[in-house]
Amino acid sequence: MTAAVKGVLLAAAVALIILIPQRAGEFRLSQFTYVAIYFIALLGLNILVGYNGQISLGHGAFMGIGAYAAMIFILGREGLTATGANPPGWLLEHGMRPIFAIPLAGLVTGVIGYLFGLPALRLAGVSLALATFAVAVSLPLIAKHYDSVTGGGGGVSLPLPTTPFGWDISTPHWLYYEAWATAGILFLVAWLLVRGRVGRAWRSIRDGEVAAVSSGVSSAAYKTLAFGVSSAFAGVAGALFVIQVSYINPDTFPLTLSILLLVSAVLGGLGSLLGGIFGALLLVFLPIYSQDPPVLHFSFSKQAPSVVFGVFLILMVLVAPGGVAGLLRQVVQPIKIGLARRGSRPSRLAKEE
Amino acid sequence: MTAFLWSEFFQQITSGLAIGSIFASLALALVLIYRTTDVINFAQGEMATFTTYIAWSLMNHGLSYWPAFVLTLLIAFGGGVGIERVLIRPVEHRPEIVMIIMTIGLFIVINGLTGWLWGADPKAVDSPFPNKTIDVAGVAISTQDIGTFCVCIASVIVLWAFFRFTSLGLAMRSVAVNSAASRLMGVRVGWMLALGWGLAAVLGAIAGLMAAPTAFLDPNMMLVIIVYAFAAAVLGGIDSPIGAVVGGLTLGVTVNLLGRYVDLVGEELKLPTALAVLLLVLVIRPQGLFGRVIVRRV
Repeated sequence: MTAAVKGVLLAAAVALIILIPQRAGEFRLSQFTYVAIYFIALLGLNILVGYNGQISLGHGAFMGIGAYAAMIFILGREGLTATGANPPGWLLEHGMRPIFAIPLAGLVTGVIGYLFGLPALRLAGVSLALATFAVAVSLPLIAKHYDSVTGGGGGVSLPLPTTPFGWDISTPHWLYYEAWATAGILFLVAWLLVRGRVGRAWRSIRDGEVAAVSSGVSSAAYKTLAFGVSSAFAGVAGALFVIQVSYINPDTFPLTLSILLLVSAVLGGLGSLLGGIFGALLLVFLPIYSQDPPVLHFSFSKQAPSVVFGVFLILMVLVAPGGVAGLLRQVVQPIKIGLARRGSRPSRLAKEE
Repeated sequence: MTAFLWSEFFQQITSGLAIGSIFASLALALVLIYRTTDVINFAQGEMATFTTYIAWSLMNHGLSYWPAFVLTLLIAFGGGVGIERVLIRPVEHRPEIVMIIMTIGLFIVINGLTGWLWGADPKAVDSPFPNKTIDVAGVAISTQDIGTFCVCIASVIVLWAFFRFTSLGLAMRSVAVNSAASRLMGVRVGWMLALGWGLAAVLGAIAGLMAAPTAFLDPNMMLVIIVYAFAAAVLGGIDSPIGAVVGGLTLGVTVNLLGRYVDLVGEELKLPTALAVLLLVLVIRPQGLFGRVIVRRV
């Protein structure tokens, strides 16, 4: 896709994001807040899978780690004690504002992801898929077990979010802007990372690890870095999620979420950061519309969304491996070539004359 | 914690062997597919759950246990072959990550379909074995455990004999070792791969049917068991059939004993413990107990 087309798409997306709050009701607005949250997680996942060629079936779990970190930062030891948990003494006494808790949660998750990446980088493909799958399955169980910090199976409620600084907008609006502003910043970060030196190293490992290592790219360092960065993104998404829902329990981030995240990253388009928006839209709206199709007057079973997701995924893998972004590219490409031809025709005529 | 009793210790071991034999069948199914198609089938557990539901429906329509059992295995075989032919074959030569994503797609489709067709409520599946215990030297062993163990191990032995003594089995082994050479020798490689998927589906169905009476049949029944099977397959060496069986039995017994006698682990952290085993093996000895060391060629 040319820079111009990308620019137009980006501008259209930004315009839509600004316009939606004017039109949408509060419920619809919250759905678009989730789109932003999933978009952030998908940016991270895309860095790992799309640009570095590693696979993660555990990104929902990393969102969960970010969410739990944010919950602990926001409540602090006194807040946790008030919910009936019995937190250890090394936790911070007082809670902090979400605006500090969100980046901190991202940082904590990033560090945990980096540490997980240290042994995991010895694994490739299937083994890494298994290892991350293991993380996704065990996180809810571990969260249930260590209930002194996590509140256990009963979960923990957070104070309802409020609009800060006395701004004159409703809380759902604030959460919407907060999520999309974060998404915007992180999109920029991801874009800068991917287009620069680091991104080149990541892609070179993806496209041929042996060749990359032979050319002096440290495969270990860059793979762990990708894991760390991508977990940090997931952590921020998890933090925003827990603030939006203002409740967390171990089943908020099940294996299904991890799997659906990977599915939507593929559907949106691996190796395309903006494709994440399509992925996130699918993740939020596909379950709603596949359960209650808009035109037909009946409801499907609660299981319909996952069937539809799976069928989409399989079709996509078979027919259009580039995802939605790849499909768009295929549509745009001929138009671009057509435009280029038309543009060059007069000059050719001029030459003939 | 109650006092330590030798009889209880042996009971834990026998029930560990029973559950371990279920892990072993499923792990063997994973190995079978890994050796033929070079992919971990993430949908293996869901395929097993689906076929167990088919068995439940057959029994619900009045079939008695063993006819339903055999019919289910046949259906499972057909399903496995069909999945390979239709969905796996087109991505056979694509990168590993694409094949993993394909089996993930299968995972969610089958999981969703199961819930869609049969609902989320757990169903009770009859056990083919009498609900009794047999007393062996003061240790009470349930016939359920013995039956499970025997059926799973018998299926493993039948499979081994098939690979060892039949020409079809030989052809399948040759494909796993060198598919290009086998093709030149006249082996129909594509059909051998499909056969591998079919047999794996049968093993999965057996594991599902054996697990159902104790685990209760619900759409996520195999979710936990498949994770143990992953760990077992990795422990034994992902490309080693013997490894899968030994790994499954070892894991079943170990996890059972740890859950009972180590307070830190308990009931809740059994699964994370198995996963820790998986991670440790992957990091320290990626080829597992019996696997081949893979040397990357530049």
